[in-house]
Amino acid sequence: MGSAPDSLPARLLNGDRRALSRLMTQVESGTETGRAALQALYAHTGRARTIGLTGSSGAGKSTIGNELAKALRRRNQTVGIVAVDPSSPFTQGAILGDRVRMQELTADPEIFVRSLATRGAVGGLAQAALDVIALLDAFGKDVILIETVGAGQDEVEIAGAAQTTVLILAPGMGDDIQTMKAGIMEIADVFAVNKGDLPGADIVAAQLKALLSIGTERSWEPPIVRLVGTKGEGVAALADACQDHYAYLQGAGRLEAAERGRIRGQILALARHRILTGLVQHAGGQDGLEALVDAVVARTMTPHTAVDAWISEWTQG
Amino acid sequence: MPEAKIRVLVAKPGLDGHDRGAKVVARALRDAGMEVIYTGIRQTPEMIAEAALQEDVDVVGLSILSGAHLQLFPRIMEECKERGVTPDETLFFCGGVIPEEDLPALRELGFRAIFGPGADTDDIAAYIQEHVKHSS
Repeated sequence: MGSAPDSLPARLLNGDRRALSRLMTQVESGTETGRAALQALYAHTGRARTIGLTGSSGAGKSTIGNELAKALRRRNQTVGIVAVDPSSPFTQGAILGDRVRMQELTADPEIFVRSLATRGAVGGLAQAALDVIALLDAFGKDVILIETVGAGQDEVEIAGAAQTTVLILAPGMGDDIQTMKAGIMEIADVFAVNKGDLPGADIVAAQLKALLSIGTERSWEPPIVRLVGTKGEGVAALADACQDHYAYLQGAGRLEAAERGRIRGQILALARHRILTGLVQHAGGQDGLEALVDAVVARTMTPHTAVDAWISEWTQG
Repeated sequence: MPEAKIRVLVAKPGLDGHDRGAKVVARALRDAGMEVIYTGIRQTPEMIAEAALQEDVDVVGLSILSGAHLQLFPRIMEECKERGVTPDETLFFCGGVIPEEDLPALRELGFRAIFGPGADTDDIAAYIQEHVKHSS
């Protein structure tokens, strides 16, 4: 697979966007076709720059993604966008609405936007996000923007997936203790204070500055960029800040270290997923799981001993 | 776990700004377990075709209230086909205010189902589930 000139991977390398989008569906569904395509294409990856956009719902991730994509195009960069929205925990359905703020991008054939649902993943991204990014990378996109779901405090997976993480904040989200908490505030390589025309934007920027001044010495000082996303104001400065951070990463083997970290994380995540799938499929299936739930409900087992029993059934069965 | 989700593009071509119907359908399909890509109002044929291409949807649903369906739908279909999104593989349906006498022309274009005012959203979801062809 992958060698025939009309195969999907060969067509993707030839710049066929239909092949790109079809293969995204395959990797997202976890099919054999998708895996074989990644195998065929992986040697062509590792060239794109990746920028993550995260922040709470309504902070302006899609709006800024739209403007940043246009700014990058003005700098002659081709752009891929992966936009993630949540799946329903009840029906597994999803409304993927990020394109609403990106409508004007469809006129530019050098921009490719793909919407993904989280499908049960909890870290702010979809499980297939890295595979979809790899396809855009192999396709030859210069920069890939990754927009997370609306992130609260702990959706920090993006920091491992993207080279540069932009945390988008807006006025009115709480007091300065919020900025001191662990989690999402710590992963920002660039702070973007959006809705800069609203009262309170000054306060957010001042709080961030204060936060950064009391931390320990770091080799990269995250810049604070003020924007009015809906008007495109400040977007050139944001593109510059991302470029500066990339230049910083290029020094002292930091890019390589970050890549090793990302790949290590992906291998661990895939292994976790496969082991769990194997457990559910091979150790008594869903019924086996329910039998364990029964035992814990009846207090004859703890959740811990239930897992012991489950795993030993798998490894010995 | 390999899973094939039904992905649906819900789009509103033309100049009317009334997207309540499209949103109700999008929400109902979400509740039926589908992934709905919603693109907003005032979409040109090129924008709809680009979204269908990039998102590799199994289903395209168009909502129109302006009466311009016989002008816009052929162009949308043409733009989609140019990008390799064809009614052979992708299920096209539409809804909105569409007179009875226009139905044969739309079916001829490749629209498999047409849901008018008062259509039950459960019927729309059931129709899609029954007729969709999975790409994976």
